[in-house]
Amino acid sequence: MNERVRVTGPPRHTPAGRAASRLGDVHEQTALGDVYLRSLLRAQIGLAARLLALLAVTLGVLPLAFHLAPSLADIRLLGIPLPWLLLGVLVHPFLLLLAWRYLRSAERNERVFADLVADPPDEDAT
Amino acid sequence: MERADVPGLVAVVLVTLATLAIGTWGLRFSRTTSDFFVASRSVRPALNASAIGGEYLSAASFLGIAGLLLVGGADMLWYPVGWTAGYVVLLVLVAAPLRRSGAYTLPDFAEARLGSRTARAACSLLVVGIGWLYMIPQFEGAGITLRSAIGAPEWAGSLVVAAIVLANVTSGGMRSVTFVQAFQYWLKLTALLVPAAVLVAVWWGDGRPGGPARDDGWSLPVAGDGGVGLYTTYSLIAALFLGTMGLPHVVVRFYTNPDGSAARRTTVTVLALLGLFYLWPPVYAALGRVYGDRLVAEGRSDVLVLELPRAMLDGVGGDLLTGLVTAGAFAAFLSTSSGLAIAVSGVLTQDLTSRLVSEHRGVTAFRLAAMVAVVVPVIAALLVRNVGVAQSVGLAFAVAASTFCPLLVLGIWWRRLTDVGALAGLAAGGLGAGGAAIATLAGYSPGGWAGALLTQPAAWSAPVAALVMVGVSVATADREPAHARRFLVRLHTPESLGR
Repeated sequence: MNERVRVTGPPRHTPAGRAASRLGDVHEQTALGDVYLRSLLRAQIGLAARLLALLAVTLGVLPLAFHLAPSLADIRLLGIPLPWLLLGVLVHPFLLLLAWRYLRSAERNERVFADLVADPPDEDAT
Repeated sequence: MERADVPGLVAVVLVTLATLAIGTWGLRFSRTTSDFFVASRSVRPALNASAIGGEYLSAASFLGIAGLLLVGGADMLWYPVGWTAGYVVLLVLVAAPLRRSGAYTLPDFAEARLGSRTARAACSLLVVGIGWLYMIPQFEGAGITLRSAIGAPEWAGSLVVAAIVLANVTSGGMRSVTFVQAFQYWLKLTALLVPAAVLVAVWWGDGRPGGPARDDGWSLPVAGDGGVGLYTTYSLIAALFLGTMGLPHVVVRFYTNPDGSAARRTTVTVLALLGLFYLWPPVYAALGRVYGDRLVAEGRSDVLVLELPRAMLDGVGGDLLTGLVTAGAFAAFLSTSSGLAIAVSGVLTQDLTSRLVSEHRGVTAFRLAAMVAVVVPVIAALLVRNVGVAQSVGLAFAVAASTFCPLLVLGIWWRRLTDVGALAGLAAGGLGAGGAAIATLAGYSPGGWAGALLTQPAAWSAPVAALVMVGVSVATADREPAHARRFLVRLHTPESLGR
């Protein structure tokens, strides 16, 4: 019942230490680590590229559109000329929404990567 | 002193006292060198975002935009849109990795990523250059504001702002400045929002008069002159969208976040705060269109925000609102130049003054650097006259977009960037955009395409810098740093996985 246990020191595997070892495959340039890192980088840069492209086809086309069709500027909504409504008011909630969506997706990519590194699927571990 | 000067004087004194008091209070938390540089990396996203907003909304935002909109019309809306959207680009390309790099400053990042002292030196030079290019108009704007508000000579405003900045920065460093900047964001927002609301009510009471009908393309969000105008607008967009990530006082704030995830959250909050602020300058411009013809005729549209309250309201109401907008404008100079002073001093400390002062005196070295960082641009502001607030700030963005933007984006996402490639790209972008900036500031302005390419260089100088960086890196592939891969792992993996 009261079996004696010899205390030899602090546990070697602190959470930080264990976590560091999780990145072993990635750091040590194994083929597996390479695949993990490349998949995370590709997911993140793809996400960034999609978002910047969206920015380009929404805000980015406005100068060209108004350059080609100046009469668009005469349209009034709620008594406000269209350019002032778009670039003075609506652009701000739009950018915020874009940023919020990005935040969620980027953190999801990181979670997927973390899960992958922590518990590699069996077929990849060979 | 006349009665009309009293509100402005009271406002300036109150803002100064509040700034110094909060800075002193922040001192209690500021003890180590790490506090001085990065507030020991422990600033929460909400506070940090207010501080970034406070620091970022400069004289150009508080005064410049409304005046530009009044005179230039809707194509000037790209300034506030670009200053906000720049944070979206920063968020998706650099925010979290930059924080995870673990470096204090941009030169630190360059050295850690490329393993090159030369690249570090080049970045230090650029940080100081961009910082000073941005500080000169702040000090000049302070002079103009004090002259408009209390009739002081222009040099007095520059000196007062410089002295307060120096006192705050040298006493508390980054930690105490964080509190000051956060306070100043909310002060600036209040100082712009409350008068706008009152003035809109006055306009409503006047029977909602419209401005004199003019057919001058005021609502067209693209510059005139056909193809040249289109280029000018797109080049401005490129400079502002890409330049934000390369501004030294913005970047230094990302190192004060606890981790990469907090850096992202801070950026999203910044977007909300900036959007909330930038809703109001167009209101001043629209009211100025009705009530501010005199300012346009006199070529003094820069002081629209300061003088509109009195143009619309007599008596105590006008005085109170004038005091409020003066307080906001003064806070704008103080916070932006403090942030720049911190960023420039951080770099000067690491690369210059810490070699003059013994190792253990980190804080002394920082204070010495802060003196240099503030005194040089003040002298420049006193000697060089009328560079123009928005133009000078716009050129600082163009230089940042053509140097630090490609360096950060390629450094973070592309393993094969080499030190030689980075240096060649920095040189190409720095000489291209910097040369155009100097030519513009020196007053060289040919018309037509040549003039547009010089005054708005970003659309050509940023791609040139990026192409040179990539091309030279590929040509010197054998110099790819041995640790590049390990470094990228660190930039992109969440902190929870350990390093």
